[in-house]
Amino acid sequence: MSGKPRLTYFNGRGRMESIRWLLAAAGVEFQEIFFESREQYEKLIKDGVLMFQQVPLVEIDGMKMVQTRAILSYIAGKYNLYGKDLKERALIDMYVEGITDLMQMILMFPFSPPEAKEKTLDSIKERATNRYFPVFEKVLKQHGQDFLVGNKFSWADVQLIEAILAVEENIPGVLSEFPLLQAFKIRMSNMPTIKKFLQPGSPRKPPADARYIETVSRILKQ
Amino acid sequence: MSGKPKLHYFNGRGRMESIRWLLAAAGVEFEECFLETKDDLTKLQKDGSLLFQQVPMVEIDGMKMVQSRAIANYISAKYNLYGKDLKERALIDMYVEGITDLNELIMYHPSQPADKKEQHFATIVDKATNRYFPVYEKVLKDHGQDFLVGSRLSKADVQLLETILMAEECKPDILAKFPLLQSFKARISNIPTIKKFLQPGSQRKPPLLEKDVPKVMKIFY
Repeated sequence: MSGKPRLTYFNGRGRMESIRWLLAAAGVEFQEIFFESREQYEKLIKDGVLMFQQVPLVEIDGMKMVQTRAILSYIAGKYNLYGKDLKERALIDMYVEGITDLMQMILMFPFSPPEAKEKTLDSIKERATNRYFPVFEKVLKQHGQDFLVGNKFSWADVQLIEAILAVEENIPGVLSEFPLLQAFKIRMSNMPTIKKFLQPGSPRKPPADARYIETVSRILKQ
Repeated sequence: MSGKPKLHYFNGRGRMESIRWLLAAAGVEFEECFLETKDDLTKLQKDGSLLFQQVPMVEIDGMKMVQSRAIANYISAKYNLYGKDLKERALIDMYVEGITDLNELIMYHPSQPADKKEQHFATIVDKATNRYFPVYEKVLKDHGQDFLVGSRLSKADVQLLETILMAEECKPDILAKFPLLQSFKARISNIPTIKKFLQPGSQRKPPLLEKDVPKVMKIFY
């Protein structure tokens, strides 16, 4: 029996991707189980394994954890990615929650109807360039340090690099007005654990395609 | 200048209510500054007081905190409502995230369009009685303790009570099949700080009335 965390989800990004990023950034190897059928999903529910009948599910340290934020907070706490005290944790939480709001828009984007896609993309671009990216550009400018909080690598840095790359996939020039974020992106991408995660063959998942959308819709009966 | 936390929001529950509950449960007095118009929100945004241009915002310990979860986490940790170690925190987080999903469903009910209201109400009742309440009933049954986690009052107990009361406002007998949640409700309501918060004249806010929805929308949209 392996001591590695075990992730159960669809074979795609969705709400599990941030968890994959954080484990990878922390240098933690993990296993994955992918849903292909509704029967698999219903079995997990019937077995009482999913506290609120939902995934993501991460089996870690004897717990069957659900709820993305709970899982991420646990991993961050366990692997020292959560700051050194309450105030640093407060900053990390604020930054992560803001980025999560932006990521939520990206998460839902593949599922929006074709006629709404352009408008949704415009919204993502507007929020990224007017609300979220300026905040982090300013944070980096004001303290001049390599990392967002406490001069140390934290969950906030991982969440931000994930979001930057996800937005860039849809809007290539989005960082053009943010030189410090451009440097941040390069710096984070070169950290050994993250560099490894960004290479082909890693557990990182590709953006949602038609097959993924169909699988999720079918299994969740949406 | 007061050392009390200062809450910035509109004069209603929304995303600030859980924070009011936590501060009250912890016995912490706080001040409130209510947004009445869009101009009030714009002023705060222009001041640079709102990290992501949004409220809730809570001035506490020299910080202007935003993002309700970040604020709730800070208050919980500061006032020892967050368990004793990582694993208790993990349980508390899981329970709170689940209850927050139900809380949000209920929160959005008054703003549902007329043709969707009945369906939305049915969803609230279905989720409460089939997805969420059974979990907490079972937690209490399995360990037989007074509190959800670690035999001690935590954020999870406070948020669960808050949501139970909101659900009962929707459907008064919603706890009919959950005897342990009924005694939980009575027990937690009797904790002195919470009892005080549940009395008239406290800073607890009433449910949003349908007729007030447009006014609130005008502030934010």
